Amino acid sequence: MSAEVWTWIIVLATFALYLGIGYWARVRETAGFYVAGRGVPPIANGAATAADWMSAASFISMAGLISFLGYDGAVYLMGWTGGYVLLALLLAPYLRKYGKYTVPEFVGDRYYSNLARVVAVIAAIFVSFTYAVPQLRGVGIVLSRYLGVDVATGVWAAVIVTAFIAVIGGMKGITWTQVAQYTVLIIAYLIIGIALSNLLTGNPIPQLAFTFSDFAVRLSELQVELGFKEYVAPFQNLSALNVFLITLTLMVGTAGLPHVIIRFYTVPKASDARWSAGWALLFIGLLYTTAPAVAVFSKYNLLTTLANKPIEEVRQIDWVQKWEQTGLLKLQDKNGDGILQMSGNREVNEVTIDRDIIVLSTPEVAKLSPFIVGLVAAGGLAAALSTAAGLLIVIASAISHDLYTRLINPQASEATKLLIARVIIFLVVVLAAPFGINPPAFIAQLVAFAFGLAASTFFPAILLGIFDRRMNMQGAVAGMLVGLVFTATYIIGTSYLGWPNFIFGITAEGIGAIGMLLNFVVAYLVSRATPPPPEEIQHLVDDIRIPKGSAGSALEH
Amino acid sequence: MDREHLEAYWAKNLSLIRNLLVVWAVVAYVLGILLAPALNGIRLFGGPPLGFWIAQQGSIYVFVILIFYYASRMAALDRKYGFED
Repeated sequence: MSAEVWTWIIVLATFALYLGIGYWARVRETAGFYVAGRGVPPIANGAATAADWMSAASFISMAGLISFLGYDGAVYLMGWTGGYVLLALLLAPYLRKYGKYTVPEFVGDRYYSNLARVVAVIAAIFVSFTYAVPQLRGVGIVLSRYLGVDVATGVWAAVIVTAFIAVIGGMKGITWTQVAQYTVLIIAYLIIGIALSNLLTGNPIPQLAFTFSDFAVRLSELQVELGFKEYVAPFQNLSALNVFLITLTLMVGTAGLPHVIIRFYTVPKASDARWSAGWALLFIGLLYTTAPAVAVFSKYNLLTTLANKPIEEVRQIDWVQKWEQTGLLKLQDKNGDGILQMSGNREVNEVTIDRDIIVLSTPEVAKLSPFIVGLVAAGGLAAALSTAAGLLIVIASAISHDLYTRLINPQASEATKLLIARVIIFLVVVLAAPFGINPPAFIAQLVAFAFGLAASTFFPAILLGIFDRRMNMQGAVAGMLVGLVFTATYIIGTSYLGWPNFIFGITAEGIGAIGMLLNFVVAYLVSRATPPPPEEIQHLVDDIRIPKGSAGSALEH
Repeated sequence: MDREHLEAYWAKNLSLIRNLLVVWAVVAYVLGILLAPALNGIRLFGGPPLGFWIAQQGSIYVFVILIFYYASRMAALDRKYGFED
């Protein structure tokens, strides 16, 4: 069977599986809808978190991005993993002990302020929305690339599947489909990593092949020979300060992202949240330690196959033909000598490689069966669908729970609350579709926003809410506003208004770390100059510091 | 709730968190970034240079170990103080 037939079979089979799980996990009460009834075992929640966290970009583009950045790609590898240490040690168990449904809810209650609640609601919606749009688009792109379906149809397919699961199963349905989606995506990714490692080094374990072979050094030397930057040398593309601050912003931002935090609301006990963060990072680490190996092996293979080879000979290779047709690989004999010159100099370089090829071309490069091509497509779809669902439920719960139930109609009956929750998530998913089909041009740059904002607003506010009993409404609100305004201004100015990176050359991606520091300083100073929080808030802080009493607190609702 | 008992538990937790975050920061930011150029002069097992390896591989292993270590130490601490859930 051809790769296209296999892709159709596997994609349709996995979609049917997700819908089946969604139907099986249908819920009848709000605790089930918002926090999966707090009945998700720590390992399963770890897998769901991993799928929630790893987006289409992690699956399809990250290894390629690293292969073009070399050492500096570590900002993504460390930045998108190290935040789980902060989450496990500083946030997750305490937020789980608090035992409510959303992140804005903690901020609003801890700081006894509906202003803080509304600020948090707006930030949660903004952060999640900017992140969800590229995910929906990712589904459309994968479907169009593999199956020739047009992008709009692909996005609508994603919307229908996600809406079905989210409306009938809420967080419970999303959780268990994410567990299945993690399984699909990690199998697909590991097959790619194993095939490439085996092809180049004869060692099938990517992590071992990366650690015990000298391919990174050989790639580095080859790149220098061709006039590219040294692969293993630090700070070739980013300054040391930027590597430091981008890594820090991504780590802190990870810990502050609402869709990541609420995953830890679904485990049975506060102590489970600690273990679950460990499982989540172990499952994420499987992909994140494979990616740098894929980057090195795939790039080395591409360069040795293409550089200084006769163009006619190269065009005989199957996968070169296929990817040249898609436009992701461009061969152009500029000087007409019949030989492909690769060079760091754009004028004479004759080979243009789209970074997505690093992952996507592997099944053909390593001569894997057409079945694997279909599996890789399903893996990319699983990564995109799982992340989109996790983000959309944050948006929906911010509207239906934080705004409607907490502010507008606190007296609503259980049945009304659940109905409202289902209607809102349906509307959110459907209204997101047009943005996925035609993303506004500015949205790609907004991912820097999501992390910068989470780092400079949510992370300090939540951390201080747990670790500083004396932190009050005035301090937290002032800190969040200063962090938000500073970070947003710098990102908007440098990304859209043509400002230079005027603070020590820090890029938009790394400025969130500075915004976070400002937030901490302002919050501390303002809180010490204003009255302490009410007695009952200080008792609340004492209570969330110990795990005892967290089991079964979902029943209070 | 007994205030002193709670404070003692919390102080133990804070010092554990502090120690583990020092390891986290040293591995990621000192060895993985600030000292990476220097550490790249060392090559273990004939593989990639050490600074590059820590930044792209070793640090992630350390992060995973830190979380599981914290979870197990805190489980013991919860039991000792009677705060387990």
